Amino acid sequence: MDQNTIDVGVLKLTKEDFSSDQMVKWCPGCGDHAILHAVENVFPELGIPKEDFVVVSGIGCSSRFPYYMNTYGIHGIHGRAAAIATGVKLANPRLSVWMITGDGDSMAIGGNHFIHAIRRNIDINLLLFNNKIYGLTKGQYSPTTPQGTKTKTSPQGTFERPFNPGTLAIGAQATFFARTLDTNPKAMTAVFMEAARHKGTSVVEILQNCVIFANKTHELITGRETRDDNQLFVEHGKPLIFGKEKNKGIRLNGTSFEVVTIGKDGVTEKDILVHNQYERDPGVHSMLAAMMPPEFPVALGVIRAVKQPTFNDAMMASIEEESAISPVKNMDDLMNSGATWDIE
Amino acid sequence: MTTKNSKVVELEQVVIRFAGDSGDGMQLTGSLFSDSTAFAGNDFATFPDYPAEIRAPQGTVSGVSGFQIHFGQKTVYTSGDQADVLVAMNPASLKANMRWVKKGAIIIIDIDAFVDKGIEKAGYKADPTTDGSLHEYKLIKAPISTLTREAVKHLDVDMKTSMKSKNMFALGVVMYLFNRELDQVNRYFEKKFKSNPLVVETNKAVLAAGYSYADTVELFATTYKVEAAPLERGRYRNITGNVATAWGFMAASEKSGRPLFLGSYPITPATEILSELTNYKNLNVKAFQAEDEIAGIASAIGASYTGAMAITTTSGPGLSLKSEAIGLAVMTELPLVIVDVQRGGPSTGLPTKSEQSDLMQALFGRNGEAPVIVLAAKSSADCFFSAYEASKLSLEHMTPVILLTDGSLANGSEVFKVPAMAELPAITPPLALPNDPEYKPYRRDPERLNRKWAIPGTPGLRHRVGGLEKEDGSGNVSHDPLNHEKMTKLREAKVQKVADFIPKQKVYGADEADLLVVSWGGTFGVMITTVEKMQAEGKSIALAHFKHIMPLPSNTEELLGRYKKIVVCEINNGQFVKYLKMNFPQFRYEQYNKIQGLPFMVAELENRFNELLKQ
Repeated sequence: MDQNTIDVGVLKLTKEDFSSDQMVKWCPGCGDHAILHAVENVFPELGIPKEDFVVVSGIGCSSRFPYYMNTYGIHGIHGRAAAIATGVKLANPRLSVWMITGDGDSMAIGGNHFIHAIRRNIDINLLLFNNKIYGLTKGQYSPTTPQGTKTKTSPQGTFERPFNPGTLAIGAQATFFARTLDTNPKAMTAVFMEAARHKGTSVVEILQNCVIFANKTHELITGRETRDDNQLFVEHGKPLIFGKEKNKGIRLNGTSFEVVTIGKDGVTEKDILVHNQYERDPGVHSMLAAMMPPEFPVALGVIRAVKQPTFNDAMMASIEEESAISPVKNMDDLMNSGATWDIE
Repeated sequence: MTTKNSKVVELEQVVIRFAGDSGDGMQLTGSLFSDSTAFAGNDFATFPDYPAEIRAPQGTVSGVSGFQIHFGQKTVYTSGDQADVLVAMNPASLKANMRWVKKGAIIIIDIDAFVDKGIEKAGYKADPTTDGSLHEYKLIKAPISTLTREAVKHLDVDMKTSMKSKNMFALGVVMYLFNRELDQVNRYFEKKFKSNPLVVETNKAVLAAGYSYADTVELFATTYKVEAAPLERGRYRNITGNVATAWGFMAASEKSGRPLFLGSYPITPATEILSELTNYKNLNVKAFQAEDEIAGIASAIGASYTGAMAITTTSGPGLSLKSEAIGLAVMTELPLVIVDVQRGGPSTGLPTKSEQSDLMQALFGRNGEAPVIVLAAKSSADCFFSAYEASKLSLEHMTPVILLTDGSLANGSEVFKVPAMAELPAITPPLALPNDPEYKPYRRDPERLNRKWAIPGTPGLRHRVGGLEKEDGSGNVSHDPLNHEKMTKLREAKVQKVADFIPKQKVYGADEADLLVVSWGGTFGVMITTVEKMQAEGKSIALAHFKHIMPLPSNTEELLGRYKKIVVCEINNGQFVKYLKMNFPQFRYEQYNKIQGLPFMVAELENRFNELLKQ
């Protein structure tokens, strides 16, 4: 019951096969445009027939996404995309299901569906556009807005501690978590490819900029001046090294991380923690996902990718097994089985 | 056991109520008697009366579990008003059930349980077996506990096991009273406890002891026999409303060729539909227990878009939570059946009691103009056919359908004539064909006004749907004012057109009469019983019982106009009557409403109808 994958060369799909004829109505300069382009670039490369993609979304700016893709798609209701996508995948596990959501859609109103889809490990790709604001309703704080931020509904600054989608997802037993930036198309494409290949719920957090209501919210991470010291591209099997000079690294000190400089205080590359995205223990992955500037760089790339059975595979296997062993093959069999009696 | 020390009297119909503590096995006792009733060829209906708590304190009124069976030699429509026979295994079950017992009824008690402590626990001030309060009844004081122990003395069983089988002693007594053979019950023991011969022997011995006891001590001067009912030729089984609902959906799925998907969240009294459907992976049923009510329906909408025959099942509070998602199904014009097994409301209300109070919610409980088809099942067995029809209408007309059942249909059981799949009507969903150059997501069929169903995975039909208003034809997002008006009217007209595809409203009785009784949904049994009884007495009365609520059958207006008086009877504060007034304000409607979490009784309906006939 795997996805209907065939050789990419046979299909010869291009980006144009997935571009819809609808006018894209996001604001000029919105990070969503770059994400759309990246997805359009990834789909033709997956070896999946174009009629086998379904793009599902909830409500919010990002959730207009399905209208801009020439695939099957559902623009759902607020927060429920994960549940809708679950129904799509269970009804036909051969489809490649992509869920598009935002920080309001999945961290607030849809928080319950978000954690349960992840817990079940339904084989869908979940792209979470995190701009840390409610955009479509014009600028109220969201569950990921940094504490103290002034918005339309927090004139004195928010009192709430924000969610970190990565630690929340890993806490919900995510088998895949990656983080990427709307300003880096190459990295974004690579991460989407990895997400598509992973079997199970692939959660990708995209730090996306809302030019109107939370402009430069990710500035420390994406700004030309500061980005090198605040971005850490994790790569499986490689040490966690970052910085303009590529001389800073993450070292485990007791049960915490610390930033160290190679060549200083006797620190060598050997002291730096090596990334293992396949580690089943979620501890280090959760710590990596939690890192935030200014204390730490933000971890980008595939943070966690572990193999676990998916709900859809388990359900299909059970259907196959029961169908094989049960003597009841249809409704006539069922209705005539068990305690019945005949009137002559 | 062939010669009996009593004379045999023939009865037309009987109601028996078995009652005991939650742990006394009264449901099994009742269901074994039901099997024997089926074997005797009677028509019958049953209703279990469980406590709301799983293990309420032993010996208290709140811990009493009951099972009622109504059987007869004619058609049986309900589980019966009041019992002719009550079996009460302890003081609490006697106390809890006296209101359901006819004056003069036979009451069989386990006198061993009527000790001071038990009597006090039940809340009696004095021993009801000696204080004269039961002088109007035929009270049988049987030492059931003692005789049960006695009956298994020769077997190597402990006290606990022997006491667990005392319900079979009571069953033996009742089997004697109604001249039933024990063989069938014994065969059940042999099959059920195959791996434990001692349990088989224990149960057989206790059952036989109850039977012989009734005979030898001449408990009853008279025993009874109910002749077989003239049921149509065919195969029969006993079925509850919830199981019938589940099976109706499975039958519709098989007939339509669309795999069944259920998204649901446990809620009383609807949960059993979900649990029943989880048993049929062999028939490719995908029953998904979601994280909440909203995820239940949202997953079903996803599955429907993907080509499944999608359903979601719930009760009133869950229907409230699903409202927004039902609107999405209306807007996306996808097939979806929502089952609401109604219970007493509002809020958590009376979870284990039945009511018909979600009608308005089903009809109107959504934002915007959001019409859906509304059907209501009329009996436990009819839940099968109602679920089947709801699926057929939903799939063929590409629209959500709300199917209303209720707690009493859901848990009650009745005799179900097993249909042959070949005899059920065809279900033909309007599937779009691969690479159809004419395909447009919202292009409509002129006859039904439905759109085509284009299923992901099909080449050449990629399209998007969603909750935003759609442009007529193309299905593109549209904020055009006139388009919105047009689409609103099209969605309404699509549902109204269904009236051309459902049967005309039937009337039981003459075309014209002094009184037309109007009812809907789960009350059919008691309504038809009452009306037929009054008709036999020569009263000018007829019954119109509605299953199709939205749209109403096309002859409804004409029909209502033919009768001198109309009385609308509902287990709510008057919802269907408001709906009729809204649609047909030219008529005058009398009402009879009951909002006690209890079903109608024949007697109360009769009184009301006689009153109206006299005026």
